[in-house]
Amino acid sequence: MTDPIIEASHVGFAYRGGAAALTDVSLAVHPGRNVALVGESGAGKTTLLRILLGLARPSTGVLRFDGAPLTRRGLRPYRRAAQAVFQDPYSSLDPRQRIGRIVAEPLRGLGLPNDPARVAAALDAVGLPADTATRYPHEFSGGQRQRIAIARAIVGNPRLLLADEPVSALDLTTRVRIVDLLATLRAERNLTILLVSHDLGVVAELCDETAVLEKGRLVEQGRTADVLGRPSHPYTQRLLSSVPRLPAAT
Amino acid sequence: MSRRRALHLTAGLALVVIVAGGVLLSYAWLPFAPDDTSGGRLAPPGGDHLLGTDKLGRDLFTQLLIGGRIAIGTALGAVAVGGVVGVTAGLLAGFATRWLDDAAAVMLDILIAFPTLLLAMLIVAGTGASLGTAVVAIGLAMAAVVARLTRVLVKQVLARDYITAARVAGISWPRIVLDHVLPNIAPTVLVNLALQAGLAVLAEASLSYLGLGTPPPNASWGRMLYEAQATVLTAPAGALAPGIALVALVVGVNLTADGLRSEKGSR
Amino acid sequence: MSLLDVAGLRVTDRAGNVIVDDVSFDLSPGDRVGLIGESGSGKSLTALAVLGLLPPGLTATGSVRLDGHDMIRSPRGHGTAATVVFQEPLTALDPLMTAGRQIAGPLRRLRGLRGAALRAAVHEALAEVRLTDTDRIARSYPHQLSGGQRQRVAIAMAVACRPKLLIADEPTTALDVTVQAEILDLLDRIVTTNGTALLFITHDLPVAARVVRDTHVLRQGRVVESGPITSLIAAPRHPYTRTLVDSARRFDAALQEERS
Repeated sequence: MTDPIIEASHVGFAYRGGAAALTDVSLAVHPGRNVALVGESGAGKTTLLRILLGLARPSTGVLRFDGAPLTRRGLRPYRRAAQAVFQDPYSSLDPRQRIGRIVAEPLRGLGLPNDPARVAAALDAVGLPADTATRYPHEFSGGQRQRIAIARAIVGNPRLLLADEPVSALDLTTRVRIVDLLATLRAERNLTILLVSHDLGVVAELCDETAVLEKGRLVEQGRTADVLGRPSHPYTQRLLSSVPRLPAAT
Repeated sequence: MSRRRALHLTAGLALVVIVAGGVLLSYAWLPFAPDDTSGGRLAPPGGDHLLGTDKLGRDLFTQLLIGGRIAIGTALGAVAVGGVVGVTAGLLAGFATRWLDDAAAVMLDILIAFPTLLLAMLIVAGTGASLGTAVVAIGLAMAAVVARLTRVLVKQVLARDYITAARVAGISWPRIVLDHVLPNIAPTVLVNLALQAGLAVLAEASLSYLGLGTPPPNASWGRMLYEAQATVLTAPAGALAPGIALVALVVGVNLTADGLRSEKGSR
Repeated sequence: MSLLDVAGLRVTDRAGNVIVDDVSFDLSPGDRVGLIGESGSGKSLTALAVLGLLPPGLTATGSVRLDGHDMIRSPRGHGTAATVVFQEPLTALDPLMTAGRQIAGPLRRLRGLRGAALRAAVHEALAEVRLTDTDRIARSYPHQLSGGQRQRVAIAMAVACRPKLLIADEPTTALDVTVQAEILDLLDRIVTTNGTALLFITHDLPVAARVVRDTHVLRQGRVVESGPITSLIAAPRHPYTRTLVDSARRFDAALQEERS
């Protein structure tokens, strides 16, 4: 079996002089198998994500990229392989830049050819017209801004997309469209997704594997069907029973 | 833009343009030579002398124009010093974390607690009165206010996801400052600097009035006011001219800043 | 007589854009009514119009009668008829006042309580929203409390003076899923116990299904369908309602599949 794209091995993290935010977290994302990271506020999702994005170094444990420990020199090839989408569509785009410049940013930062054709292709892949590139973020709705953020993330053809609550801030019908978009991109571009989400319905739709984080520890991990279908840990069971369900179809 | 703001902006710009225009014109043509004392002492307005003469026989209008050069020059110079020093200090403070951040915040608050004029006076008294020291002194006093504003704005920008996205896209911190931080703090900082410019004009006039600014025989509206005090009842033009000019420039700058603020703050 | 009677409500902005377009519905004491809609549907502005809290620049026409009072012509002074809980508890609570003082506010003003009686009422209000350690919570500032605790305090403030109508605008959208479940249970229990009417506004169909009965679906300022929520979900008639139900079913079904 090939190496996982990214693997956290017994990772721990504590802020200086503070309590541990993460303890002994081991998680791997294999090519083609979408992984969900489920947890609530305070669970350590954000901290883990920052470590997985190479923005923070773990206090203990190792982060491996394609099998080898991630170093400072290895950051650029890692970033070419792994990009991110964030939760708040109103915070993730610089309001003073045009969309074209925003979407081309990873090309500039990672030494890739800064080709307008690539930007146009990325916008097309997310279902936005080419003239989007000349406009400004404030002209777009939340759902459209998320599409733009996704276009920025895929413009450099990464293998891995780390998505932090990408649809939580969106309306129901928009949520469906973005989830469909992510599923399409996965199929068309050989893109593996690490999804951080508390929305178990979205997790069930998109992810093959699920890991449950509670107070900095992974309490349950495995195939989504197993974790959500036959949860063994009480916290997972509590999460599942909290999800508001539709009255059964008659 | 609402009608009221548009009115402010137009009125403000009109005043500034009139004063600045007059000052620019003075470089091409002056009614009299600055040290020409032939006009007779304290002559009333009329004839050759549009506004009359001062107690040394110099043409008031000429003195006014020269004083205008100093007023505007000082304002621009002080804003340049205050802007550069203030924004740089604010940027550094904005990026600072934990104890360094707290220390920076406290230091800035202490500096701001000093009245601008007092701070400027202290600096000038220490280094000797001249136009240069006045400009630098006012600029430094201004820098503290600009730095505090910049620090807060920088922190707000750094908390946005598009900064994290830029990091993940491999952009270096210096580039992030140029591409994302500065453009996003610029509108607010520039308006603040515009307001500070008005304060700088007043500060320079105050310093000169107190004898701590431009030394004689160079005219400065502040010094003109000081010298006209003794004869304000018999020859009012000597006080009215610089007084009105000062008000016109400062009010004009403030109205312009107000008009710009509403425009740029609306995003 | 109905507690709330909205007839032909139309809200326009200065540029003449119609944001709420001919919305009509009513609500009797003890009813639980849902307003379902997505962004731009006008649901929040409808709630603000009912409370007489429309922001300046927006004009309302039509009729809104709350407890017999005309809320369009004289927006102030509806007393204790209706209170509201908003989505973001961090902005709903004054950051400079302790939770206890904030709950004491309406109790002092509207029920005239003072001293020991006031303190007791504050603790009672906190206990009613199932907050334990009421002493510590009363002395805490909003930023010292978790999102769920803040929302409970906001609910305590809203029901402290026993309003006839509680309006909840996306009260659980910003909360974790387990906390959301607790808050929905809490709302359900409180309105049942006190006989308060509930107007619940959300875009989340399953969440609404948990607490409301009659429902109105809003789209771009108009009511496109109304009815008991169970009927809307089982047999939606309007295409937009059908889309909402299908979207909710998508994720619900995905989850169901994993569990079977």
